[in-house]
Amino acid sequence: MHMADALISPSVGCSMLAVTGAVILYSSKKIKEEFDDSRIPLMGVLGAFVFAAQMINFTIPLTGSSGHIGGGILLAILIGPYSAFLTITSILTIQALLFADGGILALGCNIFNLGFLPCFVSYPFVYKNIVKEGSSKTKIFTGATIASVLGLQLGALGVVLETVFSEISILPFDKFLILMLPIHLAIGIVEGLVTATIVTFILNAKPDINAYSYAPSVKKNIFAIFIVAALFTAGFFSWFASSLPDGLEWSISNVTVKEEISSKEEKIYSSLSNLQEKTSFFPDYNFKNDKEQGNIGTSVAGLIGVSITFITIALISLILKKLKDG
Amino acid sequence: MAKISSALFDIGYIDTLSRQNSLIHGIDTRVKVLTTLVFLITIVSFKTHEISSLFPFFIYPVFLIILADLPFSYFVRKIIIVSPFAVLIGILNPFIDQTIVLYIGKIGISGGLISFFNILLRFILTVLSALILVATSGFNNICIALEKLYVPKMLVIQLLFIYRYLFVLIKEASQMSKGRKLRTFNGKGMGIKVYASLIGHLLLRALNRAQRIHMAMLSRGFDGEIRTASNMKFDKKSFLFFILWSIVFLIMRIYNLPQIVGYFVVIILK
Amino acid sequence: MSHHIIEVNDLHYTYPDGTSALSGISFRITHGESVAIVGANAAGKSTLLLHLNGFITPNIGKIRIGDFSLTKKTLPMIRRTLGMVFQDPDDQLFMPTIYDDVAFGPINLGLSKEDVHNKVLDALSSVGILHLKDRPPYRLSGGERRAAAIATVIAMSPDILVMDEPTSNLDPKSRRNLIELLKTFKHTKIIATHDLDMAVDLCERVIVMHNGKIVADGSIMEIFQNDSILFSSHLEKPLRMQGCPKCQNSFIEK
Repeated sequence: MHMADALISPSVGCSMLAVTGAVILYSSKKIKEEFDDSRIPLMGVLGAFVFAAQMINFTIPLTGSSGHIGGGILLAILIGPYSAFLTITSILTIQALLFADGGILALGCNIFNLGFLPCFVSYPFVYKNIVKEGSSKTKIFTGATIASVLGLQLGALGVVLETVFSEISILPFDKFLILMLPIHLAIGIVEGLVTATIVTFILNAKPDINAYSYAPSVKKNIFAIFIVAALFTAGFFSWFASSLPDGLEWSISNVTVKEEISSKEEKIYSSLSNLQEKTSFFPDYNFKNDKEQGNIGTSVAGLIGVSITFITIALISLILKKLKDG
Repeated sequence: MAKISSALFDIGYIDTLSRQNSLIHGIDTRVKVLTTLVFLITIVSFKTHEISSLFPFFIYPVFLIILADLPFSYFVRKIIIVSPFAVLIGILNPFIDQTIVLYIGKIGISGGLISFFNILLRFILTVLSALILVATSGFNNICIALEKLYVPKMLVIQLLFIYRYLFVLIKEASQMSKGRKLRTFNGKGMGIKVYASLIGHLLLRALNRAQRIHMAMLSRGFDGEIRTASNMKFDKKSFLFFILWSIVFLIMRIYNLPQIVGYFVVIILK
Repeated sequence: MSHHIIEVNDLHYTYPDGTSALSGISFRITHGESVAIVGANAAGKSTLLLHLNGFITPNIGKIRIGDFSLTKKTLPMIRRTLGMVFQDPDDQLFMPTIYDDVAFGPINLGLSKEDVHNKVLDALSSVGILHLKDRPPYRLSGGERRAAAIATVIAMSPDILVMDEPTSNLDPKSRRNLIELLKTFKHTKIIATHDLDMAVDLCERVIVMHNGKIVADGSIMEIFQNDSILFSSHLEKPLRMQGCPKCQNSFIEK
């Protein structure tokens, strides 16, 4: 459920990048303060581990389909939330670059959904509330399962909110939510059980594992600050996005069209004067009566334009190739 | 299984592509990172109903693919395989919004269909630009560029470490997964229990490896700080690359070029 | 420079889980010697090597390297003197390119940019892989990776080279190249291995370990002729010292 660049608006993408960027800075500072330098290779190898582990599948009971682990909660339990967050961030960045899995602008969203929410919400508020020092294995198992399930639900909610705020997909909020949450509940339960089984396995095999996760308790008020910051930046960016580019577009299209076309025939001018608004190839259909749109002339203009664009790009590439091959 | 080895192959392949020598490969990686960002932001800033205005943007990936000697087929395959999530969400649009907004001949096109096409175009353009960035710069160089662009060093080092050990751990994982596959019959043994212990073992090995790497680092004077000997040069060519493309993107963003050209053609024909 | 470059005195070590690994190890290695440490799996070879570099602190016993006895304070000095080549080169090559990897140590020593550059080039050409300097480690063959791992250590100019199974996982040609390469090094060498033929090629002295104890220490030719020592420590005569199955002749004169 990686968010893609294609689904987000600049304001959502940039504000999420800004917010997660702040958390990255804070986490790296924390890690430097709290841990010795063995943490650097540890996080690196564990990141590669999660990457590799995600490529091994297991069969989901009863369905026959296959799943894999997400890793956020597992890492948080193993090495503490700050290190886990930074490791997940790195994994997502690599996936975005190497596999184009989730985009570069969408990285902030993905880090938030798959890193921040499990490491800084689900882990401290759920897992840590169930599992205390010296808790029994059953308790650890339960804690890991519930934290994973909840982490994934929150992540799915994040995806829905980011998509809806971006207004690229026109899926309405409620329908999208109803679509996403149950699917991810099912996935989450399986993933939770698997994560919990791995945690118990490791605890049995390496009882001193807790040494890795030694971390001061996450300061909970920090997250209130982050969430306020997130809302604030998101608000700022959307205001910026809604006021500026639209206005710019409107004024430029008006000016240029009038200048270039004013000498033309009256008739053409009247249709051209609302060029961008009314007659563009794919106009703002929301505000229009569909009958009026059946103006064949405009769609033809659009089609011709696109074809010419294609031909131009093809020609340029041919020329480039010729030039390059000498 | 196929997934594991193909992933390894894929990373290796894009790594090979990035080791070529070309005009584009020679441009400062920081500049390529920034140009990609400008490109992405421009693309994403289009409204959902715009289609024609997105087409001119193909000039950027096409230009780079040709000048950098990259194989077209690879990118086509990659785009088809990669991340069905965007397409999955987009494909719902035609069902939700069925208002006909325009006719091409007698065929009515719904608003949902248009926004679906819009998502597809965005998807192709954004994925292409990201892949081209890596294929012309190489992952390690991108990391170094990121550090120079003030991304926290801790994160950059993690990226480098994970990338380095991906190759090692994916190989280990694929061997274990092969071992499991050889001994599973009719799907028995593919379940959660075996999976968890398999992953658990992989994890144990990873923990031990991390310890050994740390020892190897310590024995060569590691003191918590990783210093590299790399340097990047910011030359005129790279600067021009950034400025020119940014101007091109801006023009293509403000003017709907195909629409304007199409209009003039229609006017001339009339 | 002290004459006894490595001195280990009555070393005892038990792992935290209760497994006893070393019980009373003592030996001396002098300057310029090449010593093979052989023994079955779990004989304690690797644990011993980890002691030499201070990664494990002994329960009882003392270690002296060069002029220093091993303590927390002298650790950085000792790690400079004693270069460790790990069994898995992947553990040792953690940087993006071979160049960066070899430069890692010299940079940490605080050398100037130019000195670092020269050190790296010297180290890489001494192991014969200068042409691979800009490659990432995952683009190297097993033999090349081993050579690179050795270069990373050589670049620190150590007096002593400690190697854990240097010939494991190598094809015969790479193995031979490595042996020839190691022959050219003038360093004091300690090689833990199962490859007894290589030991014969490189070392004049052998220390045989079994169950955390030294069962034999002396001339390699003598000890490898002693069937009862080899048998009781789960070893086998090097192939070239066994009679040829066809002509019944041994390749090495007795």
